[in-house]
Amino acid sequence: MSSIKEVLTQPLLTNNPIAIQILGVCSALAVTTSLNVTLVMCIALTAVTACSNFAIALIRNHIPGNIRIIVQMTIIASLVIVVDQILKAYAYDVSKQLSVFVGLIITNCIVMGRAEAFAMKNPPGLSFLDGIGNGLGYSVVLIFVAVIRELLGSGSLFGLEVLPLVTNGGWYYSNGLLLLPPSAFFLIGLFIWLSRTLIPAQVEKADFVISPNTETSGVH
Amino acid sequence: MSANNDSIQKTILVAVLLCLVCSIIVSGAAVSLKPMQLKNKLEDKRKNILAAAGLLQPDKTIEEQFKRVTTRIVNLETGDYATETELNKLEAAGYPLETFNQRRLSKDVNYSAALPGKQDPASIKRLEKFAAIFVVEKEGSVDRIILPIHGYGLWSTLYGFVALEGDAETIAGLGFYAHGETPGLGGEIDNPSWKALWVGKKIHDAAGSVAIDVVKGKVIAGNDKEINQVDGLSGATLTSNGVKNLMRFWLGNKGFAGFLATLKGQGV
Repeated sequence: MSSIKEVLTQPLLTNNPIAIQILGVCSALAVTTSLNVTLVMCIALTAVTACSNFAIALIRNHIPGNIRIIVQMTIIASLVIVVDQILKAYAYDVSKQLSVFVGLIITNCIVMGRAEAFAMKNPPGLSFLDGIGNGLGYSVVLIFVAVIRELLGSGSLFGLEVLPLVTNGGWYYSNGLLLLPPSAFFLIGLFIWLSRTLIPAQVEKADFVISPNTETSGVH
Repeated sequence: MSANNDSIQKTILVAVLLCLVCSIIVSGAAVSLKPMQLKNKLEDKRKNILAAAGLLQPDKTIEEQFKRVTTRIVNLETGDYATETELNKLEAAGYPLETFNQRRLSKDVNYSAALPGKQDPASIKRLEKFAAIFVVEKEGSVDRIILPIHGYGLWSTLYGFVALEGDAETIAGLGFYAHGETPGLGGEIDNPSWKALWVGKKIHDAAGSVAIDVVKGKVIAGNDKEINQVDGLSGATLTSNGVKNLMRFWLGNKGFAGFLATLKGQGV
């Protein structure tokens, strides 16, 4: 049984859902061009993961094994629709920018993965915290990517100008590549490299070792 | 316990109960938040209209500012305001004045017509027969006329508004509220300093034909067409051409030219 502290802090760096499990990457590419939008997405995903974990853990002893994936999907999909409706009502501008990506939380592997891997086997309280922990782990990576993309791509943070752009009479030539989806791949790659360098335990053992070149051994 | 869970009765029971609970939650959220969402949508549109006209004041509520604006429906074929009968017909067809949905109208076969390629420089495929325009009055005379425009850029259809001065000739502002152009290149159509270049430009040249133009590079100061020309966006020639084409189309004969001529004839 994992402890509360472990459940909350493990996913931040040591077992980060994006960096280690490589889950939920597609939304990380799409919604990280501005910090504002990213933050709302992080909150939405954390809320959905936590609530779906809680709901699934609550009924985990009654879910028939052969329809469990559909049961999880139904719960997750309902929660996502509720979140989408709330955003449209209270944060209209951001919801317009997030457009389909709120709906796509349904297919975000983190939500599904935590439901199947954790909530099916643990009590509701702990599952809820696990959802928050993993949501925060996702947020750490997204915010890291978004800060770099918005700062160097549009010269601003939270929409406020930090580096005055040439197009507005300043000195900074914005890096257009950072506003396009591929740049997030590079940044996530750098993040994974960074986290593996800091925590060497994350580096898996090689599946096989390449044997030395036979030519040099003289038997051909 | 798990054997019991996997029985057919239990499976069906869980599935039915879960669906019931989830559907109640989802429909509850949708119904209770609907009024707020509609209000947001309307406010957003009004904000875009005011922003295009250069009338947006951040310290006042949108609703208060929009009181100065009158929504009118224009018949693009006759070039005049829609008659009472036409308005009633539109309302019966699901297009009331307050929430006039022009984008839907342009896909409605009863109220739009296909545009053959040659007559369609803005690549909009179908042209609606009615358009909602917005008039701002000041001390009894027309101060601003705000026209909806749309057309294809490089990647996407640009949707926006162009605002004209009361003379129906001078541009008072331009703004696009929906587009999917490349950020940093074509996306610079949102740049306030580029939008400001449009202010004060004239639609027609001395001969009276639509001459508004987005030129490549910078407008040469002092040339005789300067009053019709706006700088192109560097690195976004196709988006600039798209803007030029859609402006010329909507201000031309198929678009609002007839309506603007009617307005001028009335001496506004």
